[in-house]
Amino acid sequence: MRGFTLSDFETMLWAVQWTATLVIIALALGGPLGLLMAMMRTSRNPVLNGIALVILQIVQGVPLLGMLMFFYFGVPVFLGIKVPALISVSIAFTVFAAAFLGEIWRGGIQAVHTNQSEAAACLGLTRWQSFRHVIAPQAFRIALPATVGFLVQLIKNTSLASVVGFVELARAGQLASAATFAPLTSYACVSAIYFAICFPLTQWSRSLEKKLHVVR
Amino acid sequence: MTLNFNQLWRYQDDFLHGIQMTLTLTLIATVAGMLIGLLGALLSNNRLPAVRLLIRSYVEVIRNTPALIQIFLIFFVLPYAGLRLPPFEAAAVALSIYMGAYSVEIFRSGLASIPRSQIEAGQCLGLTRFQVFRHVILLPALRNIYPSLTSQIILILLGSSLASQVSAEELFHTAAFVESRTYRSFEVYAVVCAIYFVMVLSLRLIFAGAERIAFRWPTRR
Repeated sequence: MRGFTLSDFETMLWAVQWTATLVIIALALGGPLGLLMAMMRTSRNPVLNGIALVILQIVQGVPLLGMLMFFYFGVPVFLGIKVPALISVSIAFTVFAAAFLGEIWRGGIQAVHTNQSEAAACLGLTRWQSFRHVIAPQAFRIALPATVGFLVQLIKNTSLASVVGFVELARAGQLASAATFAPLTSYACVSAIYFAICFPLTQWSRSLEKKLHVVR
Repeated sequence: MTLNFNQLWRYQDDFLHGIQMTLTLTLIATVAGMLIGLLGALLSNNRLPAVRLLIRSYVEVIRNTPALIQIFLIFFVLPYAGLRLPPFEAAAVALSIYMGAYSVEIFRSGLASIPRSQIEAGQCLGLTRFQVFRHVILLPALRNIYPSLTSQIILILLGSSLASQVSAEELFHTAAFVESRTYRSFEVYAVVCAIYFVMVLSLRLIFAGAERIAFRWPTRR
């Protein structure tokens, strides 16, 4: 047995890069998919709309922990293959981010007044041009606070990757706690690091929201 | 690559027990969390800056740290303070505290949504302070926050799966148990996810029905 030292804290800080990696993967893959989801949900095609709605309902109706376990234990066992933790975990977070971002951005797109797309159509813009130059920039501004808010949720939720043994910040905390028998110090440090990352983002989201309300 | 759900039937009782415990956990966290939320929201305009600071710090710390770590803190750290809670109780306390922080924000926005003039109108009608609070402030505020409050309750239902990580007996714990007995990982987690999905859908339907019954009075909107 040994005490909790500065090097344990350094290990935690080191583990933040894996938390960040998960967040970046989820955003880089889940972002475009989320945009696709948002476009499907706002399209006039009932089939596309329905498919996106079903995906959204499933992702929002199932615990993230369930998705993680399903992609980490379930699918590889079913297919009889070995999948590295990073891949399984990334798939789960990508699906999670795509569904939630899609829903946030759908809200943003629908919040832009229909007059705008009618005006764009009158100007002779194609549907894509109208989306790209008229709807999307406004929808982006409207949806930005909620998007930043979701980013905070995503960062906090990457802690669930620890459950399948993926060493990120939360897992580093568990390991430190087990090695030093100092759960209070270990988990307090982990919480402090999460807080230091998430709190500024929360404040940013809040100030964006205030700015938006002044303009509108 | 074969699916075999038959083995799971033997564990029917375990699954039912898990469902029951998950719903219990959700109910406890919802009721306790909403009480904390209402109290916190009422205190967040307190004259004493210390009280306001305390509420603000509570909300921000809980909302900006992962629930999983909060459950670990309650479960592993409280024994050092001489309070040894069993896993289920520890998870219930942690989830209540978590739900409480989000509820404070929700209730605060609800109370803020009631215009000053409406309260004054209630007072002019000769209602007592309690009647004004109940009929003029709380109920209309509840109606305004109903969508965010109910989706938070659903998030708590899903989040209660985290309790399995301190081996509290609930649905996800059952899943891990059955998986360890049958090795049918795919089927077990598919079934458990489906059960959660059905619970969430049912809860949404119940909330929608309750909204129609509870908030029938007309509004200007």
